[in-house]
Amino acid sequence: MSEPLLDVRDLRVSFRTRRGTVTAVDGLSFSVAPGEVLGVVGESGSGKSVSMLGLLGLIRDPNATVTGQVLFRGRDLVTMPDKELRAIRGRDIAMVFQDPMTALTPVYTVGWHIAEQIRAHEDITRQEARTRAIGLLEEVGIPDPARRVDSYPHEFSGGMRQRAVIAMAMACGPALLIADEPTTALDVTTQAQILDLMRRENAGGSAIVLITHDMGVVSRIADRVLVMYGGRAVEEGPRPAVFRTPRHPYTWGLLDSVPRVTGPRLRRLPAIPGMPVSPLDIPDGCAFAPRCRMRHAACTERPALAGDRQHRDACWLPTDDRAALRREETTP
Amino acid sequence: MTVLLRASEVVKRYPAGRAGAVHAVNGVSLDVRAGETLGVVGESGCGKSTLGRCLVRLTDLTSGRVEFDGQDITALGPRRLRPVRAGLQLIFQDPYASLNPRRRAGDIVAEPLKVHRHGSAGAIRDRVAELFEVVGLSAAHLDRYPHEFSGGQRQRIGIARALATRPRLIVADEPVSALDVSVQAQVLNLFADLQDEFGLTYVFIAHDLGVVRHVSDRIAVMYLGEVVELADAEALYAAPAHPYTETLLSAVPEIDDGSDPAPRERIVLTGDVPNPSDRPAGCAFHPRCPYARDLCRTERPPLTEAAPGRLTACHFPLVSSSRAGAPTGR
Repeated sequence: MSEPLLDVRDLRVSFRTRRGTVTAVDGLSFSVAPGEVLGVVGESGSGKSVSMLGLLGLIRDPNATVTGQVLFRGRDLVTMPDKELRAIRGRDIAMVFQDPMTALTPVYTVGWHIAEQIRAHEDITRQEARTRAIGLLEEVGIPDPARRVDSYPHEFSGGMRQRAVIAMAMACGPALLIADEPTTALDVTTQAQILDLMRRENAGGSAIVLITHDMGVVSRIADRVLVMYGGRAVEEGPRPAVFRTPRHPYTWGLLDSVPRVTGPRLRRLPAIPGMPVSPLDIPDGCAFAPRCRMRHAACTERPALAGDRQHRDACWLPTDDRAALRREETTP
Repeated sequence: MTVLLRASEVVKRYPAGRAGAVHAVNGVSLDVRAGETLGVVGESGCGKSTLGRCLVRLTDLTSGRVEFDGQDITALGPRRLRPVRAGLQLIFQDPYASLNPRRRAGDIVAEPLKVHRHGSAGAIRDRVAELFEVVGLSAAHLDRYPHEFSGGQRQRIGIARALATRPRLIVADEPVSALDVSVQAQVLNLFADLQDEFGLTYVFIAHDLGVVRHVSDRIAVMYLGEVVELADAEALYAAPAHPYTETLLSAVPEIDDGSDPAPRERIVLTGDVPNPSDRPAGCAFHPRCPYARDLCRTERPPLTEAAPGRLTACHFPLVSSSRAGAPTGR
């Protein structure tokens, strides 16, 4: 296997609050190979977004503590001086958020945003930057880019804004694109367009970390999948393995509780009981144990992420008969 | 089968700027049968929420007619609408915005009972406790404020409030779209249980095609304020009759574990949904339709029966009466 582009080891993000220390991300380790698409799946409070903000040094809260190692091309982002980190962010690592308006200033044109992005990292003239911006808008499928470059964000639809933000992110040809729920606010037909666009950017050489709550979206684009719960990784592996032979009871629950467009219809869905764990009170043992039907004595102790190098999960159940257990679980 | 709610040629127009107008709902006619779940699906701006509000008379119609249980409620004034409303309730999308943050959960659920003069304070208290139990909340929750609840629990409060007056029909507008997937499944199960227990009729408005298929007996697909297809859920998903339905279904990122030898071919639409104040002539979908012909550009197709039980507004439907249920070749 080639040298990973991003290698995260034992990342911890905690916040001091009036109600005690909240550990939002608790010992997360993962890596992203060059050109790979990693899907990070989890529900609200699972720590999927905050872990990415933490590793990019984007958490400004003075009560936050980020520890661990985040090696990007061998250099640790956590200990890196702010100035060097700023040069990497936006150029080598770009980020796209759920709501495109958080990344766009309403008082400047779309073209200005993209040109600004390029000029922050490269020494080129305004005119050259503008020409590049038009090219980028064309690449992300904005019709009539030479005219649209002078439009303001409010003149764009939601899907077009997300395209413009992706054009900004891709402006400097980043090696890694981190996309946080980039399609969640969009309609299905627009979502399909944006996923196609991300696949194209990936084919152009950029690795992608895609954060989402949607198992369907992940199954359509990711090479590898990381499932998070309560600030920890509960399962990690290549996409076919995670979707065909999911190992963690939480992953089973996520896959089974989604109503499908095809296949048999059930009157009642196999739901996971209870609600997602709050980062304020994560149990000492397995974070999922309180909602798990297979909970047993061992679960009061925290399971490690274990397995072969390809497919790992954090659960005390014997690995050998997981498939049989799952069948038992889903047939009432 | 008895029709509980009938909408005929419902139009809702909002004025917009200089002499312009947005046709949010543009001539929708449909029947909701007693005991069924009618799903209404479409993308943002298609008018599905406005239609829902018209059906419960939360907004006045520009033209058209709504009948509930045989009674024309289109023009009823507030006083005469009140007894009708007891049987016709709405559940909102945003469990954060639809509950008064200054009131306790128990009081929120008691409100409709007070409005409809349910009985003594004691009777109301008993009924509220009963409703909390029905939706899976405990008596300990009665005195808490909305901010003390999770999203799923808040939606349960909204459901309890809607159930308070023992309605026959509930219009649910995106009731699970703000919830996490695991909680979404719980709330969908609650909807199913309540329907079985109380014989409720639902109009279930949602954009998630998986959710709509799961809950619905029949489904209306909306595009730009119009119903473009109306059919039984199974038939519609097995073989969509309208090209827009076909595109919508093909765009859904269904979980793909790589085992399907022939995955559904995807049709990716270009462009965006047109602005509802500037509806294209002819069929509203023609500028984005992969099958559009000349006729589609000039003549608006009416909602007609393409095959038994399959209503569609398309000049060239993808299912034909000769081969009902089977997609025609392209």
